[in-house]
Amino acid sequence: MDQLWIDLAAVLAAASPLVIAAMGETLSERAGVINLSLDGTMLLAAMTGFAVALTTGNLLLGFAAAALVGAAVATVLGLFSLTLGQSQTAVGFVLALLCTDLSSFLGAPFVRVPGPAVPFTPIPVLADLPVLGTLFFRHDPVIYASFLIIPATAYLLYGTRLGLIVRALGERPAAVYARGVDVTRWRYALLIAGGALVGIAGAAFSLDLKQGWSYRHTFGAGWIVLAIVIFGGWRPWRVALGCYLFAALEIVATRSQSALPNFPTQIIQVAPFVLMIFVLALVNLASSPAAMRRAATLPQIWQRPLLGAINRLRATAPAALGQPFERP
Amino acid sequence: MHIAVENLTKRFGPVCANDRLTVSFAAGQIHGVLGENGAGKSTLMKLLSGYIQPDEGRIVFNDMPRRLRGPGDALAAGVGMVQQEPLDIPAFTVLENLLCAAPPGVFRSRRAAQIALLDLAERLGFPVDPAARLDQLTIGQRQQVEIMRLLLCGAQVLILDEPTTGITAAQARALFAALRQIAAEGRTVLFVSHKLEEVAELCHTVTVLRNGQVVPPGQLPMPQPQEYLLALMFGDSGAAPPIYRPLPAIDAPPVWELRNVTVRSGALHLVDLNHRFAAGRIIGLAGLDGSGQQVLLRLLAGQQAPDRGQVLVNGRDLTGAGAIAFRQAGVEYLPADRLHDGMIGALSLADHFALLQRNGLLVDRRRAEELARQAIADYQIKATPVTPIASLSGGNQQRAMLALIPPTARGILAEQPTRGLDVASARAIWSRLQARRDDGCCIIFSSPDLDEIMEYSDEVIVCFAGRIGPPIPRALLSAGRLAELIGGVGFDALVDVAR
Amino acid sequence: MAVTYSLPRMDGMRTDRLKLAASLTRPMLALVAAFALTTLALLSTGVSPLEAYRLVLFGAFSTPVRLSDMIMLAAPLLLCAVGLSITFAGGLYNLGVEGQMIAGAIAAMVPLRLWPDWPPLLLWLLAGLSGAAGGALWALLIGALRQYANVSEIFAGLGMNFLASGLALYMVLGPWRRQTSASLSGTDLLPRDLWLPTIDRLRLAPAAPLIALLALAVVWWALTKTRWGLEVRAVGLNPAAAGRLGVAAARRMAETLAACGALAGIAGMLQVVAVHHALIPNISSGIGLLGLLVALLARADPRWLLPIAVAFASFTVGSIQLPLTLGIDSAIAGVLQGALVLFALVARARVR
Repeated sequence: MDQLWIDLAAVLAAASPLVIAAMGETLSERAGVINLSLDGTMLLAAMTGFAVALTTGNLLLGFAAAALVGAAVATVLGLFSLTLGQSQTAVGFVLALLCTDLSSFLGAPFVRVPGPAVPFTPIPVLADLPVLGTLFFRHDPVIYASFLIIPATAYLLYGTRLGLIVRALGERPAAVYARGVDVTRWRYALLIAGGALVGIAGAAFSLDLKQGWSYRHTFGAGWIVLAIVIFGGWRPWRVALGCYLFAALEIVATRSQSALPNFPTQIIQVAPFVLMIFVLALVNLASSPAAMRRAATLPQIWQRPLLGAINRLRATAPAALGQPFERP
Repeated sequence: MHIAVENLTKRFGPVCANDRLTVSFAAGQIHGVLGENGAGKSTLMKLLSGYIQPDEGRIVFNDMPRRLRGPGDALAAGVGMVQQEPLDIPAFTVLENLLCAAPPGVFRSRRAAQIALLDLAERLGFPVDPAARLDQLTIGQRQQVEIMRLLLCGAQVLILDEPTTGITAAQARALFAALRQIAAEGRTVLFVSHKLEEVAELCHTVTVLRNGQVVPPGQLPMPQPQEYLLALMFGDSGAAPPIYRPLPAIDAPPVWELRNVTVRSGALHLVDLNHRFAAGRIIGLAGLDGSGQQVLLRLLAGQQAPDRGQVLVNGRDLTGAGAIAFRQAGVEYLPADRLHDGMIGALSLADHFALLQRNGLLVDRRRAEELARQAIADYQIKATPVTPIASLSGGNQQRAMLALIPPTARGILAEQPTRGLDVASARAIWSRLQARRDDGCCIIFSSPDLDEIMEYSDEVIVCFAGRIGPPIPRALLSAGRLAELIGGVGFDALVDVAR
Repeated sequence: MAVTYSLPRMDGMRTDRLKLAASLTRPMLALVAAFALTTLALLSTGVSPLEAYRLVLFGAFSTPVRLSDMIMLAAPLLLCAVGLSITFAGGLYNLGVEGQMIAGAIAAMVPLRLWPDWPPLLLWLLAGLSGAAGGALWALLIGALRQYANVSEIFAGLGMNFLASGLALYMVLGPWRRQTSASLSGTDLLPRDLWLPTIDRLRLAPAAPLIALLALAVVWWALTKTRWGLEVRAVGLNPAAAGRLGVAAARRMAETLAACGALAGIAGMLQVVAVHHALIPNISSGIGLLGLLVALLARADPRWLLPIAVAFASFTVGSIQLPLTLGIDSAIAGVLQGALVLFALVARARVR
């Protein structure tokens, strides 16, 4: 039994960069901007964070630099898409590739150099609690931060006036404009804040989870986060759940490698992403009008729970996601 | 608050939408702003509420000149505008929508906001549920929510743009009562409309706009003789009385026939439709937004398959065959939003004719340009065959869309065929459609404008709350009766009689 | 009246000379900005940018060997970019091109492994057909996910990329593993006589660039001259309106995906029979994504695809010498390519 809790704690830890990045992306997408550059941003931030922490010997400076990189890339995306009106998809995609190559090029001197890492800091007293202590209080500060950022994002979006504006920006920017809010400026703010979080998530890889730097260090984590945000229906708790499920699947995949010596288990590594896309497809299929019409012909006893489950799983994107805002 | 404009001028390209307007609106009154489509009403209201900025002239609130850089500035100065489709956030609840980006200090807490909202709702006689999601409400309810939001955010001047379009008769009565109450409390109401009766019923003064100018200069006190206002609105040519022709008997098979059709779309559930749509008729679909006209048009265009029953086109059963099969059978669908789903903005008229070609591996470019040139001459479209459609004016786009209807078409479904067009363009469009009707087409159109329905239909079908009424010959219908039917008054009796 | 059938995204011809000068200023500025960014990155490593540029820009043309390597990279790159210009015309972002290349490579391996004794010419033909079919199938799965399950083609494409690379790994380590021992370096090499013939002592197989050029010509013709091409462009610009005018929009979209997948699949086949002579896990080596950059920079305009594909391939091949001669990473080629596309996007923006 104890092993189970330890494994679960490992899942929580392994998902920490994903969670931080996913919350950042959720914020930007809720405001209506898709930051498709995520994978490149995370790599460039991971490299920069590691390099800065290594040369200055200061971990905080490393994280700050990573956040700065994330914010800078987001600013470029904003400049090109929000101000200059280019497609968010095109600019984001090009930035993703550009930043990936930039990280490979600039990071070459730091490949496999041993460097600083965030220290393990169990929380006194709480760490000794049974189960809970193992699960939540025997980690390092980055992982604690990943725990806190979920309720913080949820509270920001659903519990504050600011959150109303953020969500309205993604749903109907024209209405926010009519209320005297500068849509473009606010979208920049959310995009940049989200980008900074993505940068921090990059550093969480290079300074914590996978300490050090190597070529394509984050192994496609950015693309995975983008899919998880959709999978989680742009709702913070569900997005976080998606991150943990993904991390759990990955750990299971790694474990099964030793259990199945004759099976080339490398392919299991690609399974989580594929699985997620197909679950997403299934949910969408189940909530399609045709399926709904068929469900409506089922006996009443079946209908209720079925429709309820579909409604809970269904994810509606912010109505104005990815669309440029034109003043009416 | 007293508001005034002095020499206000706004041009859009060569068109002078507002031409040195000078007029003022006193506090505590309801001011009507009348004018036909394209007279410059909307431009004036957008200028007053900060959505657009004037080229010349100034706007004065309480004797203070103001520069409004956006609707936020206008609201801060106390001017709020209710758009035809309220600018709210459909995914939000009424309360969330109220709190979103409210001016600082207006609501201290959610609870305070809720109390203030319920309080105001009671005063104005609007029933409201603060926890309801806006996308579940009707246009009329959303309009009420928007009015209350603006008032709670401190609006001293309320501008309403054609507010009775798309709301029920009961909602209109409630709206009028509330507006009187708002004016009685000392606020200013600007009521923009092209409907004389409403202005006569509600307003203390009236300002008539024609071709971007106030005629005669300045405000008129109400009441005024109807004929005088009509003459002001339309000029001396006036509204010629429409000519009614008797409906010819037709022995051709019906263009469309619905047999026991049941179809569900969103919240609407159309049950057991049995209709025959004869050739050589123009049939107007009247009804409030979302009463079922859209679903009926989509059903007849083959874009939506019925859940039960049969749809026949020219006697052939095309149930569930899809829009392309319907099109091949001679059904043409003209959507309201011309550039959104009617035509392809970046392509030219010649490209569109090329798209209609159905044979051969290669595009017959020469033939397409020939057809485009001919259409330009026939329909008086101001364009060359290779001008992108997006750079044409609305009227020319609509004419182009009509020109693209193949001569073999037997049924034309037109959604708001004259939306956003000036009067001259609208007349031109209608003369084309009438010519098509005389050639033996069946034309079914929907319009929120009852005048248009009354003027051009041979038969009228009223849709009410997802129910489709029987076709009524235009000659047996009066404007008042149609307005009642749309609101559901006497609708049941009508359906019973038809049975 | 001039009868031109230009793609909608292209700028019209401007006769006014001032306007011509003005229209050249922005691309020039974009070029300068892209090189400025790349130079900055180079300076940060302390090497001489001039020396680095000499290698990146001209290195691919310095020896026949490098030139032939460049051509062998440009061929699949051009194939992918040509395919992507079809999907762009249809209004789709086919990020799944990478996976389609892999699927094509795997499918192409099937006849080569099943009947190695058949005449090579027949086998190459079969491999080409099989590769095209594999790529097209992979792309159609994206189309199905988009059409029926409402998953955006971007994420469906990424998912299919992951799946394809998983499948390639599985084949290399499982059913098709080396006879000696399974290895991540790939399957056993194909028999010599199945390698696409090359020019003496070079790795240049002339068939590869010829196929790519043929594809370019055919696609250009199809997009600009045929009814199919016009319908595809109409769907890409406005699917709803195209549907109203009688175009089978969903079908055209699926066809563009299938066409792009088929071309990417042929590119994958070429990687197998002309470059690696085996299936390796990383058979696509990012060529598909680079093809996306090429297509974006060319704005899917067929006239620009060839020069840009050649330029990008030469950057990549030229940069391979950087680690040996200057001790810096070869990823600078990617930085230059990315920066060029990024600033080109800005150069096209309407300033508001």
